[in-house]
Amino acid sequence: MEMIRARELVYEYEQRDDEGNVVGMNRALDEVGLDVRQGQFVAILGHNGSGKSTLAKHMNAILVPSGGTMWVNGRDTRDSGELVNVRRSAGMVFQNPDNQIIGTVVEEDVGFGPENLGVPTGEIWRRVEDGLRAVGMIEYRAHSPNKLSGGQKQRVAIAGVLAMEPECIVLDEPTAMLDPVGRKEVLRTVQELRKRKNVTVILITHYMEEAIDADAIYVMEGGRVVMQGTPREIFGRVDELKRYRLDVPQVTMLAEELRRRGLDVPCGILRREELVEAICRLS
Amino acid sequence: MIREITIGQYYPADSFIHRLDPRVKIVCTLLFLISLFVQNSLPGYVVATLFLAFVIRASKVPFKFIVRGLKAIILLLMFTVVMNLFLTKGGAVLVRVWIFQITEAGLRISVFMAVRLIYLIIGSSLMTLTTTPNALTDGIESLLRPLDKLHVPVHEVAMIMSIALRFIPILLEETDKIMKAQIARGADLESGNILQRAKAMVPILVPLFVSAFRRANDLALAMEARCYFGGEGRTKMKPLAYGRRDYMAYFAVMSYVAVAFAAGRFLPFHVWIF
Amino acid sequence: MSIKLEHVNYVYGAGTAYEKQALRDVSLEIPQGQFVGIIGHTGSGKSTLIQHLNGLVKADSGAVYFNRENIYVDGYDMKGLRGQVGLVFQYPEYQLFEEDVLSDVCFGPKNQGLPKEECEKRAREALELVGFPEKYYHQSPFELSGGQKRRAAIAGVLAMKPKVLVLDEPTAGLDPAGRDDILDQVKYLHDQTGMTVVLVSHSMEDVARYVQRIIVMNKGEKMLDGTPKEVFAHYKELEAVGLAAPQVTYVMHDLKARGIRVETMVTTVEEAAAEILRVLKA
Repeated sequence: MEMIRARELVYEYEQRDDEGNVVGMNRALDEVGLDVRQGQFVAILGHNGSGKSTLAKHMNAILVPSGGTMWVNGRDTRDSGELVNVRRSAGMVFQNPDNQIIGTVVEEDVGFGPENLGVPTGEIWRRVEDGLRAVGMIEYRAHSPNKLSGGQKQRVAIAGVLAMEPECIVLDEPTAMLDPVGRKEVLRTVQELRKRKNVTVILITHYMEEAIDADAIYVMEGGRVVMQGTPREIFGRVDELKRYRLDVPQVTMLAEELRRRGLDVPCGILRREELVEAICRLS
Repeated sequence: MIREITIGQYYPADSFIHRLDPRVKIVCTLLFLISLFVQNSLPGYVVATLFLAFVIRASKVPFKFIVRGLKAIILLLMFTVVMNLFLTKGGAVLVRVWIFQITEAGLRISVFMAVRLIYLIIGSSLMTLTTTPNALTDGIESLLRPLDKLHVPVHEVAMIMSIALRFIPILLEETDKIMKAQIARGADLESGNILQRAKAMVPILVPLFVSAFRRANDLALAMEARCYFGGEGRTKMKPLAYGRRDYMAYFAVMSYVAVAFAAGRFLPFHVWIF
Repeated sequence: MSIKLEHVNYVYGAGTAYEKQALRDVSLEIPQGQFVGIIGHTGSGKSTLIQHLNGLVKADSGAVYFNRENIYVDGYDMKGLRGQVGLVFQYPEYQLFEEDVLSDVCFGPKNQGLPKEECEKRAREALELVGFPEKYYHQSPFELSGGQKRRAAIAGVLAMKPKVLVLDEPTAGLDPAGRDDILDQVKYLHDQTGMTVVLVSHSMEDVARYVQRIIVMNKGEKMLDGTPKEVFAHYKELEAVGLAAPQVTYVMHDLKARGIRVETMVTTVEEAAAEILRVLKA
């Protein structure tokens, strides 16, 4: 089943001068097409300002298209009667860990979504516990979010989304403000969720390493989808990625460098073991 | 520095007081504060002291932690004491320095005013120390619920309060960071007259406001994304319900008020402060 | 113009529930002109350490010498020190406040008491050094892109003409190209001006590519100190504390374990490629 589907999606906003007069239109999304099936893990890559966050905000109906259509779990996001359903189906985790935690106690924050949905009290508690357990934060339930690390805060934010029992989680650069330890922590959590709960995951990021396990990758530039394929296909095109101001994992870079210097290693190597294997075969 | 302020901070512990319904704590705190204002006899204050000591004990909040909260009001406290000490006339003159004199009444009143102020602060910080800010706003929301009929946006006000409580520590930390960054660029925040100092705050305040607005914007998006559409149709994770211990607490505070009142009025060895 | 720390100890939040020894007996010396990387994860003490370098934080015990002078003696010119040791905080764009970029960059020199023309001259030089486009000089700093904001903020510190530039995670939150741009610019600065650069980072890959020396901080202590090759040779110890050597270093170790006799002291992609080719062609 299609979880997220976009067709010719366009988003424009007015550009204003100092006095507030409209001087032109900015096109942040330009005829974007996207297909994500239930249970898939899709990564959307692009440098800052490429339109990837604008696209993410459409999946949660925080923004609605100026042209084209976005369907979430079969519902048109422009249909205001479906707003609650859209937002419940596609939960969203944002970049800044501090600015998305509303509660002053971890468990109360996780309960915020279900409270808004009008879930009965007993059921809220069950969901809060499930959510915190799923992200491994249950022992912090009574803590203040202020004393947690960045990675822990993001896990709480993920639990807050899980408590709304979404079919799909959209993570908008969840690791951009974290250190490597926090980054690993968040990614491990997301991977486990996928395995155990079979939720659809859409990860928006500019860390290429985070995308190597994806089922599909979309690369954005100037509001358009400019590359699309499996990680192996995408990371095989190093020069093109560099042109879009992106990077590849160091291992991929090394493989590419060796190939450029005439060594016969396969294209689109993603992991250390693959590269080591390929080199051993040559010697 | 600014982070040492403990007023409004929650101290996590598992105690009888912590588990009370926030409405009970708000109402009882108000009763206690009123009782302090109404009381002006020594026996009444003895009862108040015993009661306060009992509540502190029951709250499991370390006394040291409570005392630290008083640091914030030390200036106010000193001001009150000094004003009362020198400006109250009555009774025998104890000390005379130049045009100032300390009278017996002045000494008595300044001591009692200081005690009253300290008890006021301890009493109210006990409430905030034992109640999570969210529970507190829930309590206020519930107590103010009748105002809904007068079209007062009770839910919204409570939500604003709880968000403010969540972001105060974050913004304090941010202020600290911005100050350091500007000092690193040679900013002088400490010398000069009032005007110069006010001007020196601009490089701190502008980034702080920009950051606060950015955070507010982010937060609004995050709340919307989690299906927040205002108070209507919301359920509560922690609905307020009175239990046995809450009635016990009401009873205890009522008893305290009665005993304190009786002690002040009927004990033969009473001493009036005023 | 060296900086020297002797047995520096610092306790954060002394007497509160959150008391923490942020620095424990740290001694080190940074000679003029060196490009140093400081590595460690959040809470390792690296941010506290660099705030000692310009006297923003005062050690509980131990001494800090700038240019062989103890900065803790009475009457030491702290403001002067802060002009000499420029500190760029993490997310420095959050300190921008003026109406336009140029005036914001002038803030530092203005605080140093320089005349208006000199301030502006220095501001322009600094903006040029960080590769900030001239067409935005008179724009509000709040309307710039993330990368440009950061450049403007770094220029704000450079305009004080420091002898030492300390950068706390200057690439945090930037995209890959933005990261490379900023780091290349810092390298260019170092090569052009010969100033000492202290780069705090948690990316081993970044640090390995640029610096001459790495200081690894862990739990408030100096754990390792040496050239990138020396430090990454301890990759097992780094892992034990949750840090890691660059990915290519691991590839080399894996290859060696599989019987290919490569030199494992390799820290960049270029070195690794050259080394693998050398061995395979032999």
